[in-house]
Amino acid sequence: MTNNGILLYAEVNRQDYIHTVFFELANKARELSQKLENAPVMAVLFTKPGMLDDYKEGFTYSGIDKVFVYEDERFEKYSTETYANLIINLIKEIQPEIFLIGATNQGRDLAPRISSALETGLTADCIDLDINEKGMLAATRPTFGGQLMATILCKTKPQMATIRPKVFKPTNENIHTETDFIYKPVKSEDFIDNVQLVEFIKGIEDVKNELDSAEVIVAGGKGMKSEEGFEMLKELADLLGGTVGASRGAVDLGYAPHTIQIGQTGKTVTPKLYIACAISGAIQHTVGITGSDHIISINNDPNAPIFDVSDTGIVGDVFEVVPKLIEILKK
Amino acid sequence: MKIALCVKQVPDTSDIKWTENNTMQREGVESIINPYDLYATEIALQLKKLCNAEITVFTMGPLQASEMLKEVIAVGADNGVLISDRKFAGADTFATGKTLSAAIKKVLPDFDYIICGQFAIDGDTAQTGPCIAGLLNIPQVTYVKEVVKCEGSEITLSRILEDGVEKVKVNSPALLCVLKSEFEPTRALINGIIKAQDSNIKTLTLDDLDLSAEDVGIKGSPTYVSKAFRPEIKHNCEKHMCLENCSGAEIIHSKIKEIGVLNDE
Repeated sequence: MTNNGILLYAEVNRQDYIHTVFFELANKARELSQKLENAPVMAVLFTKPGMLDDYKEGFTYSGIDKVFVYEDERFEKYSTETYANLIINLIKEIQPEIFLIGATNQGRDLAPRISSALETGLTADCIDLDINEKGMLAATRPTFGGQLMATILCKTKPQMATIRPKVFKPTNENIHTETDFIYKPVKSEDFIDNVQLVEFIKGIEDVKNELDSAEVIVAGGKGMKSEEGFEMLKELADLLGGTVGASRGAVDLGYAPHTIQIGQTGKTVTPKLYIACAISGAIQHTVGITGSDHIISINNDPNAPIFDVSDTGIVGDVFEVVPKLIEILKK
Repeated sequence: MKIALCVKQVPDTSDIKWTENNTMQREGVESIINPYDLYATEIALQLKKLCNAEITVFTMGPLQASEMLKEVIAVGADNGVLISDRKFAGADTFATGKTLSAAIKKVLPDFDYIICGQFAIDGDTAQTGPCIAGLLNIPQVTYVKEVVKCEGSEITLSRILEDGVEKVKVNSPALLCVLKSEFEPTRALINGIIKAQDSNIKTLTLDDLDLSAEDVGIKGSPTYVSKAFRPEIKHNCEKHMCLENCSGAEIIHSKIKEIGVLNDE
């Protein structure tokens, strides 16, 4: 078996941070590497000059053996074609077994361009990865809005996949790798500027980040009946130092904004505590919350599927339970 | 301006059937146009209005998919192309991208824009659009929300991203992937429906494309499904009945303290 390693895409966001999904992938890739005779774990990074020193620790402490660094002022902003072409050439040169990319907006924009040019397979938005008995990448992903899981194999190399953020955890070990940083040459003709950025308006990010980092999420479903119902949930969330989320049903009815939607077509969340209020628990919603440490649900239907994924279930009226809980917490 | 609009028929229900090869059984299942493709159609119609674009709508699928093409013609597309051959069955996103791009090259080689939906609700991959762009080596703009402006062949678009909204400018040829919006998509008017009934749908088979049987369908797909399964249910829920005489709030309160997310004095 050839063993050219696992390559990871180190996405840098607009604030010049490496996206957290990279560290989640790094941890998983180290685990996969053990099933591939300790194949090296490598990363590809595009950065503007002067930033690498800030990033170095992130790579050494997450167990990356080798980083291919492309450095230029013009990497200040992402360009699909420029990045794709450089990665395509890198992959032709180093021929990794596996190439993994975070399933962010950028990752999902970039990955299919690379896979199609290399005529290789790509599995989208995976929620689990493993190495099978033949040493192949087995990538599992939800389809049909989460109703069905499919494990997908790839006949060609590199085996590529995009991975949904927050499904793996970054390492908590204290690793210190001897990371090699290899500068790759960049030429002017590498920069392709067919799509020009005219303007960027910072938006919904703040809300979304709150869901990303919240220890407590109080989420409401259709059964909250109105926007006022969500105000009550906001009060509860504030008392618990948390934030509010919503199911698609509630968003579609206009009780809550789309930006706080959790589930297959919204966010995947991993809080310490998730309180599901009047959410029936369709699979499209529960795929987004099963990474929570503890799920408490309140629903007046004893057969609501939300109870199947909950640790604690209260079969009762949310409009009785929540106000009373708020009252207790205020004391 | 010439537009190639790509749409997909998807199963309407949760009634999923699989073949022995773990690919989807499409025939005989109630089908609808992928909801994202309705908004891709809206973008194409906007460009038709703003810069006089001519829209050719493409789909790859079974023969019954020509009905969907007629629905798109009824709301304002000009021509329809059905790419249909048993040999296309079981295609993954790469083989689908290859087949669609070959059909576009054949029928509309001088296209200005290719427009696709960002996702299809059955697969949720969001890969076929960028695959086509990659294979044709043209620029792509994903997560498109609106056409802001159209000047000659240059268009300005807004894109919705995780951290905000981008306004970008692109010149033809390019590919756009379109997100869903809140508004109701255009409905067909009676003369549209009449026009659609009389319209001629061009049908392409593998023989009409510059591809071989190895490039398409299962054979041309680098990926394959090794296992399809229903998601597991993980927990044993500790369920409390409190429909009457409710002590639910107290139970939750003590749980919250136990979990330790509350600073208890």
